[in-house]
Amino acid sequence: MKVEARVLLSLGLFFGIMCAVYWNWSLENAGGVMMFAGMLLCFLPGGYYYWWSRRMKARPEDNPEATQTEGAGVIGSFPGTSIWPFTLGMGAFLCVLALVFGIWFLVPGLGLVVWALFGGTSEGRRGGPH
Amino acid sequence: MTDVLQPPADIPAHDEAHGHDEHHGPTGILKWITTTDHKIIGLSYTVTSVIMMVIGGFFAEIIRAQLATPNGHLVSLAQYNELFTMHGSVMIYLFVGPFAFGALANIIVPIQIGAPDMAFPRLNALSYWLYLTGSITMLSGFFTAGGAANFGWVGYAPLSNSLNTPGSGADLWIGGLLLTGFSAIFTGVNLCATIFYLRAPGMTMFRMPIFTWNLLVTAILILLAFPVLTAGLIMLYADRHFGTHIYSVAGGGVPVLWQHIFWFWGHPEVYILALPFFGMATEIIAVFSRKPVFGYKGMIFATLSIAALSLGVWAHHMFTTGVVLLPFFSIMSLLIAVPTGIKIFNWIGTMWRGQVWFSTAMLMAVGFVVTFLIGGLTGIYLASPPLDFFTHDTYFVVAHFHSVVMALVMGAMGGLYYWGPKITGYLLNERVGKFQFWFLFIGTQVFTLPQYVLGLKGMPRRIAIYPHNPEWKMLNDWSSLGALLIGISTLLFVANIVVSWKKYPAGDNPWDAHTLEWFTTSPPPHHNFYRLPPIRSERPTWDYNHPEHRALGHGSHKNEVAAEVVHKAPHS
Repeated sequence: MKVEARVLLSLGLFFGIMCAVYWNWSLENAGGVMMFAGMLLCFLPGGYYYWWSRRMKARPEDNPEATQTEGAGVIGSFPGTSIWPFTLGMGAFLCVLALVFGIWFLVPGLGLVVWALFGGTSEGRRGGPH
Repeated sequence: MTDVLQPPADIPAHDEAHGHDEHHGPTGILKWITTTDHKIIGLSYTVTSVIMMVIGGFFAEIIRAQLATPNGHLVSLAQYNELFTMHGSVMIYLFVGPFAFGALANIIVPIQIGAPDMAFPRLNALSYWLYLTGSITMLSGFFTAGGAANFGWVGYAPLSNSLNTPGSGADLWIGGLLLTGFSAIFTGVNLCATIFYLRAPGMTMFRMPIFTWNLLVTAILILLAFPVLTAGLIMLYADRHFGTHIYSVAGGGVPVLWQHIFWFWGHPEVYILALPFFGMATEIIAVFSRKPVFGYKGMIFATLSIAALSLGVWAHHMFTTGVVLLPFFSIMSLLIAVPTGIKIFNWIGTMWRGQVWFSTAMLMAVGFVVTFLIGGLTGIYLASPPLDFFTHDTYFVVAHFHSVVMALVMGAMGGLYYWGPKITGYLLNERVGKFQFWFLFIGTQVFTLPQYVLGLKGMPRRIAIYPHNPEWKMLNDWSSLGALLIGISTLLFVANIVVSWKKYPAGDNPWDAHTLEWFTTSPPPHHNFYRLPPIRSERPTWDYNHPEHRALGHGSHKNEVAAEVVHKAPHS
């Protein structure tokens, strides 16, 4: 966890310094805002990992001496197959076509999206169809 | 429901009959539609993006045929605009990017770190469907009345407003980019979470293969850059249809804002495209030189430096607008040459005094390094404003970035020759592969080098005819010949797939390679591993196969050689 935190925090720190130099020198706002947001985007997860890295003991993947048995056990739920990503993707496709060919595409598009959101969420609770 | 696989401790190494092969699921097209397996999704990405490369390459051949004579009549001027726009869009948005972080990354990264799948398998599937539908959306512009988008792949305002480019082709371009943009963002989230949370025990961050490191940095860059593009596109759509004036002077907007937003995505995007191929070249060169990567930590530091600097260089595409801070962007752009140079030296250092085996994958990787060096060095010229003022929007720029992206194509081909056997279980024909390499390599140089000269002679990009400068014809002919050779190399690749279809079984580790993906079977089983070796360095498979020549990392035990049974993969 420590290395992950350091990577993100040092990137964020660099973006922060670069942002300060650039914004003060150029007085151009678009790039200044985008670099500032880039800094925040690194600090947010980086700070989270830093906070945790000081409070938890090293995970097996952070321990250079770890044996494979230390990683045994359930590490998450992986649905074997799922139709909902496809449904959601087709819904998003129809919603984008609504931008071009007419607003009525939103009816099937949003319908599929909402259906997929409900379906995918309840499937997640059951842990997949298998 | 999730349960835990508990194989007995004495299962043989590659017992096909055991374990996840009993996994019964849908077959045929339903399997393709409902799969959440990262390997099948990655394979779908690979096939789709290679098809996109063929489509984009077809556009390029038409463009080069048109430019072979000063007064070409192959296509009309309007069709030419559509062709170069869609050639750039297909190649950048639909081929190189998705191939880099969607195709091989999806398949290889989880296996390289000993993970059973990506962190969010269903999100991974959604990424693919958004990419596929986005590609269809963008290309369907050709079937609309007004034709496809025709404002260049950069879509500069005010050319891209509803007055200058009416018609649904441009809107389909925007819609396609929205879909593929979200696809990329989801892939970035997925790669970050996978690499941070699903590594095998002992696989510390500084034992991850360079390819995985580069994909982690790529994923971070995706998360920094792609939301900016998506936001910019939504504003562009609002300008076109909802009467806002964000990019138009008439309503108090700023056209150059589009360039800022586009290139704030666009330049990190260059590294999003390049870093995965840097990783591929690093892996291939190390394996086929029979040596560990030279300067492993230096390589990682260089990758992170490139990522850090890449966020501060976007306006070197905008030097000639006259409203950007020239010294800042010039210095930052020149600085990027330093970590890239470190990488080039490390690749040479890896080959130095190694037992180099010039397989097709290795030739492609060396071709990548050489061609990328040409593209990178000419990029240093362009980072200097006085030189950029002279060459901006000429064929010099076109040649520069085609050297870079053709290097990436060689990296992609190297990756396919190197990892293809792991994905399919079968090797490709080496003889045809070497022919393909020489056509691709020589074709690339014949294609780009005349364009550098044409640019210095003043030939502007995006022109369909040059009747007043017939002296450009000879160099253009050479360039078109190069494009033809590249096209033949692509046909040779397709031919190679046909002639070596299921002919040369690969075995688990045909290259005697280092990293974890070569420890499992080819193709890997559902959830990737029956067992894992102890991970004590960045070369766990090599350490296991060659206990007498172990690459001892920090905190390693020489006497620990027996493989341990993995209990890791949860059954689904």
